[in-house]
Amino acid sequence: MQFKSRNFDRAETILDICNLSVCLPDQPDIAPVLDGINLTIRAGETACLVGESGSGKSVTSLAVMGLLPKGSLTVSAGEIRLDDTDLLTLSPSDMRKVRARRIAMIFQEPMTALNPVMRVGEQIEEVLTTHEKALSSKVRRGRVLDIMAQVHLPEVERIYGSYPHQLSGGQRQRIMIAMALVLEPKLLIADEPTTALDVTTQGQILSLIAELQERHGTAVLFVTHDMGVVAEIADTVHVMQYGCIVEHAPVERLLRQPQEEYTRKLLSAVPSLVPRPTRPAMLDDNVLEVRNMEKVYAQGGFLVRKAGTLAATGVDLSIARGRTLGIVGESGSGKSTVARCILRLVDPTSGEIRVAGTEIARLSRRALRPHRKHFQIVFQDPFRSLNPRWTVSRSLTEGPVNFGITRRDALSRAGELMELVGLPRDALARYPHQFSGGQRQRIAIARAVAMRPDVLVADEAVSALDVSVQAQVIELLDDIQEKLGIAILFITHDLRVAAQICDDVVVMQRGVVVEYGPAGEVLSQPRHDYTRSLIEAAPGRLWDFANFREIRTA
Amino acid sequence: MFGYIIRRILGVIPVMAIVALVVFLLLRLTPGDPAAILAGDSATAAQLERIRESLGLNDPLHLQFFNWIRQLLQGDLGTSLISNTDVSQMIGRRINPTINLAVMTIIISVLMAVPMGVIAAWRHRSWIDYGVMTFSVLGFSVPVFVIGYIFIQIFAIELRWVPVQGYAHPTQDLMGFFQRAILPSLTLATIYVALIARMTRASMLEVLGEDYIRTARAKGVRENVVLFRHALRNAAVPIMTIIGTGFALLISGVVVTESVFNIPGIGRLTVDAILARDYPVIQAMILLTAGIYVLVNLLIDISYSLIDPRIRY
Repeated sequence: MQFKSRNFDRAETILDICNLSVCLPDQPDIAPVLDGINLTIRAGETACLVGESGSGKSVTSLAVMGLLPKGSLTVSAGEIRLDDTDLLTLSPSDMRKVRARRIAMIFQEPMTALNPVMRVGEQIEEVLTTHEKALSSKVRRGRVLDIMAQVHLPEVERIYGSYPHQLSGGQRQRIMIAMALVLEPKLLIADEPTTALDVTTQGQILSLIAELQERHGTAVLFVTHDMGVVAEIADTVHVMQYGCIVEHAPVERLLRQPQEEYTRKLLSAVPSLVPRPTRPAMLDDNVLEVRNMEKVYAQGGFLVRKAGTLAATGVDLSIARGRTLGIVGESGSGKSTVARCILRLVDPTSGEIRVAGTEIARLSRRALRPHRKHFQIVFQDPFRSLNPRWTVSRSLTEGPVNFGITRRDALSRAGELMELVGLPRDALARYPHQFSGGQRQRIAIARAVAMRPDVLVADEAVSALDVSVQAQVIELLDDIQEKLGIAILFITHDLRVAAQICDDVVVMQRGVVVEYGPAGEVLSQPRHDYTRSLIEAAPGRLWDFANFREIRTA
Repeated sequence: MFGYIIRRILGVIPVMAIVALVVFLLLRLTPGDPAAILAGDSATAAQLERIRESLGLNDPLHLQFFNWIRQLLQGDLGTSLISNTDVSQMIGRRINPTINLAVMTIIISVLMAVPMGVIAAWRHRSWIDYGVMTFSVLGFSVPVFVIGYIFIQIFAIELRWVPVQGYAHPTQDLMGFFQRAILPSLTLATIYVALIARMTRASMLEVLGEDYIRTARAKGVRENVVLFRHALRNAAVPIMTIIGTGFALLISGVVVTESVFNIPGIGRLTVDAILARDYPVIQAMILLTAGIYVLVNLLIDISYSLIDPRIRY
């Protein structure tokens, strides 16, 4: 593993945060959101700010930009010095002049961070019209096209006139980067800029940021939760917890010899890319069998017929009782379409789906209803998959009661389920917002298991969770599988997660299964080029985070 | 883009055909014989028969319908039973004041309400916001005629700035038109200002929380540019809907205001026609109102696709 080992002691200091505290206004008794942050970044350096959700890393970056949400967060102490000016003392209009010109920022979600009703070229150009009023429109346009070429966008003239929804996620993030760098700021703040992107796109964006940083000598403050990304790009790492920086060190030293307990815990929770040991197969008793399934989304309308979009074709897969099958692939690969077809949330165009011995691909909605309890789903976002107006007990009993179980039995079963997923029985009376994200995902799992399904479909079920919580939920799924003998279909884009939970893996690309086999084989000796490119794009793949050393190939 | 607009315009034809059919059946199926109404109480059977013959009431229903449609397509809306004049001419004379009043009302409403809503959302939970919301509740709850009479009392009777009532054609007397139209427009506008300001505020509040607003601020863009260039256009679709339906409602619902301010518009024409059971006029008014609604909806839909490039049906 090659770390960045550049030395910046001689470089000029760009950003110097001293003793920065941020709190909720008028509420002195509540613990501050940021508590005495110290952080220095020099020209050309990449400093990573890592931590779990709620640790204060985004608040730090917004405070530097002067964009803390008005009224709900205020700086209570400290200094943010940029080239020896304290940004906190600037007037709003002077601060506006600093933004984009000297500090620029890129955000996590390039779809929502761009204005959907403005052409992307105009959005980049707006930076110039705001800060460089003297430029003629011809010069402005030239500079926009130039920076668009620098971020390696193809056909810049055409993309200049495109709207955000007409571009891919990677192209949109390139637009964001172009917008941030068009005035060559000294400091670039990147807040989880690759989290919403596919792994291969992520690799391209990371190397683009590194390339532009090299060329312009920009200092980069990179906010992320992904240790793999940290290993790839950081010079120095600052670990945050509860609004404090608990440890900071050059990247290699932090990953090899973490000093603080919290850092060790965080690193140990990173799932390994090395597949876990294969579990002995139980009976060859398939509860789910999919044969030659195809899904075409029809296009065109009432009178016009167009060729449809082929979302998945020729899909064959099967899961035995007590086993976990992973479907991995990038966005648009068809992995979610396959899951939705199996659940009959959408109707497959052709092919067979057998669940617990019953062919369900062509059953009518009505005839399907008694079979619904055989397959249940856990969704990605636990904040939106539970009804916020319902108590947990109502969510857990609704399904069983629909299938004829008495309310009393369903209620006592709900209590058992809560214990099964590691939550107290008396939490049944509470509402979803009273739980953390990880707890909510446990409830969502309990809700799915309440139906005593044969197949549990987990659609990116741990992707929205912090690594430490992720590890716990994966363990929980394993545990439940052992107790109930359930088959799990696990949809994920994250190869690390797949390596830790799946017995078998299906790799999908553009609607086609390109590789299918035992997880150990597929992930360590991939046969298909696409699988290989996915694994190679996984950041930090040569580092064994949990053991603080390089991966040793046995 | 053009394909979309043409498809939408073609889509209007079946809608209007169904409206025409319903209007036709409505009058043929309501109890009472139009000939009897026309002839009056003292008519003989022979007179009635002659009238029926001249109105074509003895023809089979479908033939009557096609004849009527043919007349409609030639711009012939029939003849009033009461005044015996051409209905299209009657409406033509009356529609100008109504349209002028509606346009002026909508312009006043939009010019007042949109900035009010934008600023209320920008200064969410400040006294400006509460002021706008209070005004909005008042605007909804005070009846139109009360506001109208209060305005007359203050501006026409006490201050004598403008005439109490009446109407002047803008082509003949532009100043006189504005003097006489300002009070009714303001009166009508109160409820639309309330409605549009509320909708603008709600829609802006949602948009101001979006990531691209943060991006715009991160670019160092000035606040007014953030509000009006970035936020308002994204918030515009629900606002356009309210403005459009408001305009259509205005045309069809000006009866009270026209009565209070004694304006010879179609609102009063409709009331008079209903009271006198002047079927051809009523029929034409229903068709006209439906046509205005369909047209306004068409324009709103087209405006959506101009505002938001993602909208392509």
